[in-house]
Amino acid sequence: MATTRKKILVQRYVEGMEKPELQEFELEATAEMTVLDALNAIKDTQDGSLTFRWSCRMALCGSCSAVVNGKPVLMCETSLKKLPDTVRVEPLRNFPIIKDLVVDIDDAFEKMRSVNPYLDRMEARVENKHLQSPAQRKRIAQSSQCIKCMICYSACPVYKVGENFMGPAAGALAYRYIAESRNKKKRRQLNAATGKKGVWGCSFVGECSTACPKRVDPAMALQRLKVMGALNLPKRLLDKE
Amino acid sequence: MQIIDSDVVIIGGGGAGLRAAIAVAETAPDLKVNMISKVYPVRSHTVSAEGGIAGVVKEDDSFESHCFDTIRGSDYLADQDAVEFFVEDAPKRIYELEEWGCPWSRFEDGTIAVRAFGGMSVKRTVYAADKTGFYMLSALWERSLKYPQIKNYDEWHVTRLFRVGEKMAGLYAINLKNGEHAVFRAKAFVLSTGGACRIFSFNTNGNIKTGDGMALAYNIGASLKDMEFVQFHPTGLPHTGILITEGARGEGGYLLNNKGERFMKEYLPAKMELGPRDIVSRSIVSEIKAGRAFKGPYGSYVHLDIRHLGEKKIMERLPLVREVALEFAHIDPVHEPIPVMPVAHYYMGGVHTDKETATNVSGLYAAGEVACVTINGSNRLGSNSLAECLVFGNAAGVQASRFAQETALQTVSEAEVRDEERRITQLYERNGAENLSKVRESMQRTMHELVGIERNEKELEAALDAILKLQERWKRIGLQDKSKTFNTEFTSLLELENMLVVSEACVRSALAREESRGSHTRSDFPARDDKNFLKHLLVERGADGMILKDHPVTITKWQPQERKY
Ligand SMILES: Cc1cc2nc3c(=O)[nH]c(=O)nc-3n(C[C@H](O)[C@H](O)[C@H](O)COP(=O)(O)OP(=O)(O)OC[C@H]3O[C@@H](n4cnc5c(N)ncnc54)[C@H](O)[C@@H]3O)c2cc1C
Ligand code: SF4
Ligand code: FES
Repeated sequence: MATTRKKILVQRYVEGMEKPELQEFELEATAEMTVLDALNAIKDTQDGSLTFRWSCRMALCGSCSAVVNGKPVLMCETSLKKLPDTVRVEPLRNFPIIKDLVVDIDDAFEKMRSVNPYLDRMEARVENKHLQSPAQRKRIAQSSQCIKCMICYSACPVYKVGENFMGPAAGALAYRYIAESRNKKKRRQLNAATGKKGVWGCSFVGECSTACPKRVDPAMALQRLKVMGALNLPKRLLDKE
Repeated sequence: MQIIDSDVVIIGGGGAGLRAAIAVAETAPDLKVNMISKVYPVRSHTVSAEGGIAGVVKEDDSFESHCFDTIRGSDYLADQDAVEFFVEDAPKRIYELEEWGCPWSRFEDGTIAVRAFGGMSVKRTVYAADKTGFYMLSALWERSLKYPQIKNYDEWHVTRLFRVGEKMAGLYAINLKNGEHAVFRAKAFVLSTGGACRIFSFNTNGNIKTGDGMALAYNIGASLKDMEFVQFHPTGLPHTGILITEGARGEGGYLLNNKGERFMKEYLPAKMELGPRDIVSRSIVSEIKAGRAFKGPYGSYVHLDIRHLGEKKIMERLPLVREVALEFAHIDPVHEPIPVMPVAHYYMGGVHTDKETATNVSGLYAAGEVACVTINGSNRLGSNSLAECLVFGNAAGVQASRFAQETALQTVSEAEVRDEERRITQLYERNGAENLSKVRESMQRTMHELVGIERNEKELEAALDAILKLQERWKRIGLQDKSKTFNTEFTSLLELENMLVVSEACVRSALAREESRGSHTRSDFPARDDKNFLKHLLVERGADGMILKDHPVTITKWQPQERKY
C-alpha cells in the first residue's frame, strides 16, 4: 500500500512539567488515515504514554476534539491526506490541560447543566399524546445535534473557565428546549440563559458556528436568546404554546 | 483510602445506565445514586446507534407479532417470559422518552414515525433520523440532570467488584483525572457497562466496548450466559468497520454482488435484504466464497445501493449514512453504491440475569448489552437492543431501589481492598518485554479469523490455545506510561485483561455448542439440534478456571419450529 511520510508534532504535557512542549514523531501514513489513526499508531508503536481521548471514531461521541494545524476539529474525521506534510496537534484552547491533549471540560459541562435542559413530565404516561409536526420538529433539528465536543468553547474569543458567560453549546442547549413545541415551561431555560450567567458575554463573532462540526449554529442560538432576553417576553406569551 | 457511600451505584452511563439512574430517582427519590462511568455519559457507545428502537406503537401492530418476530429471530433461544415482558413494556418506555423531549421523527399527522427493520414483520422501528442512539442518549442524560440526587463520577474506571458473603458490597475505582483511588459502597448495584465486540479486529464498536462488566462480574462469581453468540452486522465499511445502518435497507436499499444481482433472492426471497442479520451476513459470506464479491485492499465486499432512493429521501431519512460514507469511505451514496462487509457488532451473551435483571450475586443487577436476560437468544433483531436498554435499564433501577430500601451497607473487607491497591500499583510499575498493542492485535486477529461467522472444532481449538497463551503474554506486558494522571495505557491494559476473559468464554462456549443456531454457525454441525442444544450455556468461575453449565430455556407459548421466512 502506498504511504507518505508525515511529521506529526504533538503538544505534550504531564504534571510536573513547567510548560507544555511540542514533540515530533514521524509516521508512514496510508491514504485512509485520520489524525486519530495517526495518534493511535504512534501510541501503539512509538510512545505508549501519548494521551488523548477517543471512542466512537465516527464523529459522534465528541471525545476526540483537538486543535489540528490551528483549527479545532474532531480528529477522527480529519483526514491526514488533506493536510500538509507537517501536522501539528494541540489540545483545545480555553481549558486547563490535564495531560497531553486531554483538557478539563467540567466547567463547560456545568454550564450546560445550569440551563435545566429537560422537559418536566407532561401528561399521561402511556399514550402518544405529544404530537409534533415535522415542521415543529424541524425548529429543533439544528440545535439538538450538539455532541458536546466543546470545539465551540475552544473557538470562542470570550469564554473563560469560571467566568459568567455560559458559552456557545450551553446556549444552543437552552435554545433547543425553548424552541421545543412540547415544552410548557420555557421560563426555566430562558431565565437560566438570560440571567447573569447566561448569554450576555457573547460578542457575536460567530467563530463557534464556523468551527462546530455538527452545524449546530450556536451563534444563532445565542443571538436569538439575547433578543428574547432583551424583549423580556411576558411569561404568558412565552408559555402559550 | 477514600470511601464513597450511597444507596445505589450505577456502573456505566450509557442508555441502560442512565435509564436505571432515572428509575431510582423517580421511584425512590430519597435514595442517593452514584453513577460511575469511564467516559462522560454522553460519550457512551449508545451514541452511535443509528437505525432505531422497536416497540408496538401503531394500530396495525400487536404484542403477539413483536414477540413472535423476536423469538423466531432468536432461533428459539430467547426466554419467552422475558420477551413478553419486554414487548409489553417497550412502548411505554418509548412514549416516556418522548415526554422527556427525545425528538423522534414524525409522520405528517404528528405521530411518531416507524420504519421497516430486518426480521420485523411490520414497520415498528421508531427512529430519530438515523441518529436514534445519539438523540436517546442526549435525552436521557439531559433528563438525568433534573435529579440532584444522582451524582456523576465521570472518567472513573472500575477495576474490581467486592462481595461480602453472597452479597455485592462495593467496588474499586480510579479517577482518571487525578489518579486517586476510591472504594464505592452501596446497598445495591446496577451493572450497565455495555458490550464487548472490541475483541474482534473488525468491529463497529467504540474503543470503550471492552467487556469490562462481564469480566468484573465473572470474577466475583456471577454467571455469564450465551457467550458464543456474537452478532455480525451485514453492512460495515471495509477497513474501519464503521456501520451503515440497517435503516438503509429498511428504507429500500439493495445488496448487490459483482454481477449487479440482488443476491438475497437466492437465500431469502421472501424477505430479501430485510432478513435477520445472521442470515444476511451468512449470505454475503457465501457470495464471497462463490467468487461473486468485489475484491479490495481490505478484503472482499459487496455493494449496498441506495441510489434509487434519490437525494431528497437520503438526506431526510439517512443523512448520517451519507455523511459517514463521504467521510470514511470517500463515496457519495447518492451517486455510487457503498462497499460493505459483515462486521462484529453486538454481543448477545453477557451476565446472566433473570427477567427482573437480578444476577446470581445478591444486590447486583445488570441491564443493557452487558446483560443476558435473554430476549435476544442466538440472534438479536436490529432495533430491539435500544428498547432493551430502556426496558431493562428501568427494571434494574426499580429492582435496585427496592433492594436498597430493604438492606444495609456492608463493610468491604480491608484485606481485599489492600489486595486490589497492591495489584494496581504493581501493574503501573510493571516492566515487561511484551507490547500491549501486539497482544491486543493478536487476540483480535485470532477471534476474527477463528471465531467469526463460520466456526469449526479445529479452528476453535486453535483459538482456545491462542487465547490461553495470550493470557500468559498479558502478564508480561510492560507499560511505558508511569504517570498516575489520565493513564490510558494503564486502562487499556485492564481492558485487555477483561477482553481476554470474554474471548475465552466465547471460545469455550462455541466449542461446546455442537450445532448451528442463529449467529453461531458450526460448519461441522450445520443443523440446529433442539434435542441436545435447546438450552443456554452458562460460564462460571471454578477453582481451576472456567466451568460450563446448562441452563434451561423458558418456552411459554411459541413451540420451536423450523425457522422459516
Ligand atoms: C454502530 C452501532 C449501531 C447500533 N445501532 C442500533 C440500532 O439502530 N438499534 C438498536 O436497538 N441497537 C443498536 N445498536 C446496539 C446498541 O446501541 C447497544 O447495544 C446499546 O446502546 C448498549 O447500551 P449500553 O447502555 O448497554 O452500553 P453503552 O452505551 O456502551 O455504555 C456503557 C457504559 O459503561 C461504562 N463503562 C464500561 N466499562 C466501565 C468501567 N470499567 N468502569 C466504569 N465505567 C465503565 C462506559 O463509560 C459507558 O458509559 C448499535 C450498536 C452499534 C455499535
Ligand atoms: S455546539 Fe457544535 S462545537 Fe459546540 S459542543 Fe456542540 S457540537 Fe461541539
Ligand atoms: S472518536 Fe468519537 S467523535 Fe471522534
